[in-house]
Amino acid sequence: MPARFSPIGTPVTLNRRRFVQGLAAGGVLAGLPGLLHAAADRAPSTVTGAAPVLRGTEIDLVVAESPVNFTGNPRMATTINGSIPAPTLRLREGDTVTIRVTNRLREATSIHWHGIILPYQMDGVPGISFAGIAPGETFTYRFKLEQTGTYWYHSHSGMQELTGMYGALIVEPREGEPVRADRDYVVQLSDWTDEAPMQVFAKLKTQSDYYNYNQPTVADFFRDASTDGLKSAIDKRKMWNEMRMSPTDLADLSGATLTFLMNGTTPAGNWTGLFRRGERVRLRFINGAGNSFYDVRIPGLKMTVIQSDGVDVEPVTVDEFRFGPGETYDVLVEPKDDAYTLFAQAMDRSGYARGTLAVQPGLTAPVPALDKVEWLTMADMMGAMGGMAGMDHSAMAGGMKDRNHTAMPMQHNMPGMNHGAMAMDHSQHAMAENPLDKASQTVRHARTEYGPSTDMRVDMPRTNLDDPGIGLRNNGRRVLTLADLSTVGGPIDPRGAEREIELHLTGNMERYAWSLDGLEFGQSTPVHLRYGERVRVILHNDTMMTHPMHLHGMWSELETADGAFQARRHTIPVQPAQRISFLVTADALGRWAWHCHLMFHMDAGMFRQVVVS
Amino acid sequence: MNTSNSQGKHMNTLSILAASVLVLGAAPTLAIAAGAQGQHVMEAAGAQPESGASPMKQAAAPAAMPMGAMDHGDMNMQGGSAPADARDPHAYSGGYTLDSGKYALAGPRQLRLADEHSFGTLLVDRLERVDTRDATSTAFDAQAWFGRDYDRLVVKAEGDYANGRLEEARTELLWGHAIASYWDAQLGLRYDTGEGPDRSWLAFGIQGLAPYWFELDATAYVGNEGRSALRVEAEYELPITQRLVLQPRGEINLYGKKDEANGMGSGLTDATFGLRLRYEVSRQFAPYIGVEWNNKFGQTADLARAEGASTRETRWVAGLRFWF
Repeated sequence: MPARFSPIGTPVTLNRRRFVQGLAAGGVLAGLPGLLHAAADRAPSTVTGAAPVLRGTEIDLVVAESPVNFTGNPRMATTINGSIPAPTLRLREGDTVTIRVTNRLREATSIHWHGIILPYQMDGVPGISFAGIAPGETFTYRFKLEQTGTYWYHSHSGMQELTGMYGALIVEPREGEPVRADRDYVVQLSDWTDEAPMQVFAKLKTQSDYYNYNQPTVADFFRDASTDGLKSAIDKRKMWNEMRMSPTDLADLSGATLTFLMNGTTPAGNWTGLFRRGERVRLRFINGAGNSFYDVRIPGLKMTVIQSDGVDVEPVTVDEFRFGPGETYDVLVEPKDDAYTLFAQAMDRSGYARGTLAVQPGLTAPVPALDKVEWLTMADMMGAMGGMAGMDHSAMAGGMKDRNHTAMPMQHNMPGMNHGAMAMDHSQHAMAENPLDKASQTVRHARTEYGPSTDMRVDMPRTNLDDPGIGLRNNGRRVLTLADLSTVGGPIDPRGAEREIELHLTGNMERYAWSLDGLEFGQSTPVHLRYGERVRVILHNDTMMTHPMHLHGMWSELETADGAFQARRHTIPVQPAQRISFLVTADALGRWAWHCHLMFHMDAGMFRQVVVS
Repeated sequence: MNTSNSQGKHMNTLSILAASVLVLGAAPTLAIAAGAQGQHVMEAAGAQPESGASPMKQAAAPAAMPMGAMDHGDMNMQGGSAPADARDPHAYSGGYTLDSGKYALAGPRQLRLADEHSFGTLLVDRLERVDTRDATSTAFDAQAWFGRDYDRLVVKAEGDYANGRLEEARTELLWGHAIASYWDAQLGLRYDTGEGPDRSWLAFGIQGLAPYWFELDATAYVGNEGRSALRVEAEYELPITQRLVLQPRGEINLYGKKDEANGMGSGLTDATFGLRLRYEVSRQFAPYIGVEWNNKFGQTADLARAEGASTRETRWVAGLRFWF
């Protein structure tokens, strides 16, 4: 498999190229074999590329199978109102909406309103919030919109999200949009596989590196040995091999099975958003992928991030950002040229989603080459220990150490600038030495982390939020980090933490088992929050993958290691060997889901139930 | 003669069992020792690690480190056992369970994720045509499993056909139970069939991944009439490119008691080492070619010589590796 794709795709065989690039016309059914024709007669082909917009307080959604063709192989997708992405719902703050969801599948379905604060019975998680929507049934969701911003919705049943059930949900402010933009586009990223998702999962259970075609090889070893010397080449591999860990384990799935989509459109299909020169364009990026982190940039354009997870942040201008399944970022751009490429490469560099911003249809801009695959570093494996070690040859650890220092003053200053009084209060608390003013640094592994369900534990985690993550460090571009986010208006609840909950993100890559505290969902008990309490959650990542952790029903208010408020999120990515903390106000009675939003990790059991009572 | 022979047999049986315990015990220990954080911490801190971290050294390592003076005494990154003050993973439950307590849906729990589903695979690691100076035959080596992550049913089958007849075959039916990050213990039955008399055994072994990615399968067997045996197999996967993989593979067999009808002496009977180069058309389908050397030892070699067979063999192989 080629390591990179040039815009003209020279090193790539035609078949392979078509597979990765996809068909230009994703949803159009040309030359379908007979079997699917029959199905196509019943179900009209899926509309892709331009999600219809639905408005108002009464909305009807129908879930059904419909045919798609992204790769040249016709497949059946599960879709909402026959489109991928599903219709964009533009709702209004303060409205009570009634959404009737009818299931025309042969199996149960559900819809979860990702990031929306609502009663637990409306949250749409089968087996927790409700029984699910049986075939032929209609379930009526009804809830009041108490928030504004960019969100999304998706199926929470099985793997239906990966097979097409995701759409944007925008809550417009009642008083009108405060952000001036001449154009407003949803850019929803997702991924598609022609395989049955459960079959993909079963393959990973048998061979967890099945889709990784960037594994260290003998050829790499000799190349390293000749450039850096034999000893260095051996040292570089020693610990990985000793620990039976792969330094290129960046994603479980890859371009070997996935086609990366932007607004339901393949790279070849090239979704295009139009603008006129001098206009200000708002792009609402939503990562609705099943299992892919994306690194997004628009070569030639700075992006000003104004919202993350639907919540306004102090504007910050960057070249690039990484986001995982579940996360959203709203950015403003002011394009001056005729065409720009929206480039979203998968974190493992096995492919990309792509679209274009242009002054007229049909224009394109150069598509950059994929970045080189970088090996995970010691900091990713051992946290602070790896950074301190200075044994990392790529100078990455050293670089991070520097970043750490430069970031420190920033983290202190930022709260002061944005919401001065509050931050001052915080620091005064700190002087009174309330032990709960900042997150405990004491690592407490669960006793169930010492068995077969885990393959490693991190004793000295890193707590800095200013690391863009593997593959983005020191890449010459200004890359957004969590430390750059500062929610406008400060925390939703001024109270400090009353107690702490520590949960460890755990897994065993060889067994392809994923869990929390070493316990998969089936063996777990719920996390109980007392109604009304303000609680600190510490998430400690004992794995070498980044996990986008999504808590349903309540906001996760991310803080720095010093206990200063950072940003309000519904999905927080936790990097390898990282320990982060956030505060939650348990103001939502009921039972909720809390899980890694990488679908395969979630389904493997990296999932908890939360009870607020 | 007879007396000393039978004593010899007993000695052998004992030593086989001792060897089994040693091998079976060694692998996880090796795994734990090599995964020891103590060792890694020392390296990370820039100190020179001493070769071969022993479990005892692990415990000592953190104390030697200034940073080890943190609240967590044990610094193992992998394996090990939970310290007495390890966190209770159910401490936050407040007495709630997934299907009982306030706000729980009525009836039995509906949400069951893949951790409560069973999966299965059949891997045919070797299906090959074997060419030696004297003969050609067809050999197979397959393993299937069905179950969940930590408990599964395992079937192993290995054997060869020559001249349209099953020369020898070993079939095992085992319950596999995960005992460590990379290791499963296996317990079950083995049945040998072929040209000689059939034999059945109780099997106990471990299978897993040793540090540096060695796939190890070590099983001890106890049969009737005081028979015992030990089989150790190791494989390695060396990717030359993303699809071209060199697989070195070694195997040794020990028997506790002479089994003349099956051509086995007591003690070390034979050892095999092979190299197979496969091309992964897909991860699940890979043709290969290779070469393998087999050597018989001791009484087994004597029995072979008495039959006019060679004790050393070079085998050229070509075959398929596939799974589904």
